[in-house]
Amino acid sequence: MKIIVLAKQVPDTNEVKIDPVKGTLIREGVPSILNPDDANALEAALDIRGRFPGSSVTVVSMGPPQALDMLRRCLNMGADDAVLLSSRAFGGADTCATSTTIAAGIRKLGDYDLIFAGRQAIDGDTAQVGPQTARRLGIPSITYVQKIREIDEKSVIVERQMEDGFEVIEAKLPCLLTAVKELNTPRYMTIRNIKEAGKKQIAVWDEGEVCISAESCGLRASPTQVFRSFTPPPKGKGEMLDGTVNEMAALLVDRLTKVHAIEKEV
Amino acid sequence: MAIKVRNDKCVGCSKCVKECPFDAITVIGKLAIIGPKCTNCSKCIDACPFDAIENVEEEKTGAVDISLYHNVWVFAEQREGRFVNVSIELLGEGRKLADEIGCEVCAILCGDGMEGLVDELFEYGADKVYYADAPELRSYNTDAYTKVIYEAIMRHKPEVVLLGATHVGRDLGPCLAVQCGTGLTADCTKLDIDPEDKKLMQTRPAFGGNLMATILCPDHRPQMSTVRPGVMQKPERQEGRRGERIDLEVSFKDGDIRTHVLEVVKSLQERVSLTDAKVIVSGGHGLSSGGKTPEEGFALVKQLADCLGGVVGSSRAAVDAGWIDRSHQVGQTGTTVKPHLYIACGISGAIQHLAGMQTSDFIVAINKDKDAPIFEVADYGIVGDLYKVIPAIIGALGR
Repeated sequence: MKIIVLAKQVPDTNEVKIDPVKGTLIREGVPSILNPDDANALEAALDIRGRFPGSSVTVVSMGPPQALDMLRRCLNMGADDAVLLSSRAFGGADTCATSTTIAAGIRKLGDYDLIFAGRQAIDGDTAQVGPQTARRLGIPSITYVQKIREIDEKSVIVERQMEDGFEVIEAKLPCLLTAVKELNTPRYMTIRNIKEAGKKQIAVWDEGEVCISAESCGLRASPTQVFRSFTPPPKGKGEMLDGTVNEMAALLVDRLTKVHAIEKEV
Repeated sequence: MAIKVRNDKCVGCSKCVKECPFDAITVIGKLAIIGPKCTNCSKCIDACPFDAIENVEEEKTGAVDISLYHNVWVFAEQREGRFVNVSIELLGEGRKLADEIGCEVCAILCGDGMEGLVDELFEYGADKVYYADAPELRSYNTDAYTKVIYEAIMRHKPEVVLLGATHVGRDLGPCLAVQCGTGLTADCTKLDIDPEDKKLMQTRPAFGGNLMATILCPDHRPQMSTVRPGVMQKPERQEGRRGERIDLEVSFKDGDIRTHVLEVVKSLQERVSLTDAKVIVSGGHGLSSGGKTPEEGFALVKQLADCLGGVVGSSRAAVDAGWIDRSHQVGQTGTTVKPHLYIACGISGAIQHLAGMQTSDFIVAINKDKDAPIFEVADYGIVGDLYKVIPAIIGALGR
């Protein structure tokens, strides 16, 4: 089975700190990592490869040359090859344009049976590039996959996570699945894989090599644009509640209801 | 638009490098170079003391004649014949936007024999309801819903389409946007209409809520957003209010629907983690007070969390004392969280804890010490004994 994994290098948002005086992001020293959901996607692919002899796992990413570090890590985890789609022309791409470029990269790779992506990346949280890539490739997609129940060369049955449970969904291959972290626990790198990976070259392709024009990728092909970005304004002074314990509790519930802080249904 | 550096003015001072939220600029040989991570946010333009950076018009591809597109549409998401709350909230928000643009708000409903739901949409403010009826549309299916709604969009040309950022909306939205060749802004928390040109300004959090971005979709239609549940106001229901129902033609042929839902399983057990939780109730050092044990304290915290459909968090102090597993720790060395509601019980608010939770939408602090720093970031503060306050809150919730 030929499996493709879509991965993104992201800043570790858990490590992003806020300057308490200026209220701005402090980026210094923030490490770049393999997006966590994408690690689950890769793990799922490696697991399936292990069950179907003769299978391969290729990781595809779009990003700046620094993303090679992340792809190297994917090889260290056991991926067979990796491709980086990188060009100045890809810069400023929104999800719509990103999916065009990634789909072009996948087409160049040739036939495939299964594509895995992470549900969403922690820097943008859009959850869009996976299903949009599937649309562009003309294959079905299933998002929020929390379990793979059955898989063979022809079809797959998975559990799709919902807010209040899950759906069991069947699709024919090829299809694209996006992984949530409940799907599995990503494996560690092994010394053997690291040694193997060290011999491998990671291909870097620009728009010419994936046969798309510079106009159909990056900023110029992005319907959405960032008008402005800002750090959230600091909160105003809060309200200290008064009264007896029961009065304060009632007041709190009243306030929280008014501002919609305690509606838990979707 | 694209960010460009003017070689004649740039001196390589690196001010823009420090200001860029996306780490997109490098200085090479006394010249700033804008890299592929640039999102056009324009922060560097303001930061440059030499006016060396500018936003230059570039020709856009794939733009459409936007004057052909009218009205605000809301995807009325039903599950087993009941609307999810966010769909109703969006009718309220859609009404507000439509009034500012000067157009109608319409709902699009997919179902199977669910005509009865149409009136409810009118009563919550829809002027028109586009209704698609077919057995294939009884419950959500990616391909079926995408096809039907895509065809309706192409035919009736709405200028704005809003979807709830549910597990359904965030699956449907990306597929629809690619089919329509337009953009989609995910998980918005604020929508505005630009009073000048009537375009939709979509504001959303990024970087785990550390940064907010306002997104435009200037040259493509419809302008599409998914909107976070629980953020917009639910409108008043106006009994007896009616509008126009438009039945959509629906047909499927072999191969249109490529995934099949075999079974739907409901579970009461929430399996949310701290990062995904909508509500977090955290306990800290103050749990061991008044002769109570930390175990009793966390049991009480858990009880409140359960009442609110939330999960349990903790301060570092509670973890270091061995009262609770490290996976619950909120803060700089634990997990950074941004729930809709964060309730801190017996947590004084060390700076490293605050860094991990202060971007929560609403913060409640319960602490004995009225001078505890946690009250600085709280929206609502209660000074008192948490062993008395928490049971009182559970009582007041009536759950």
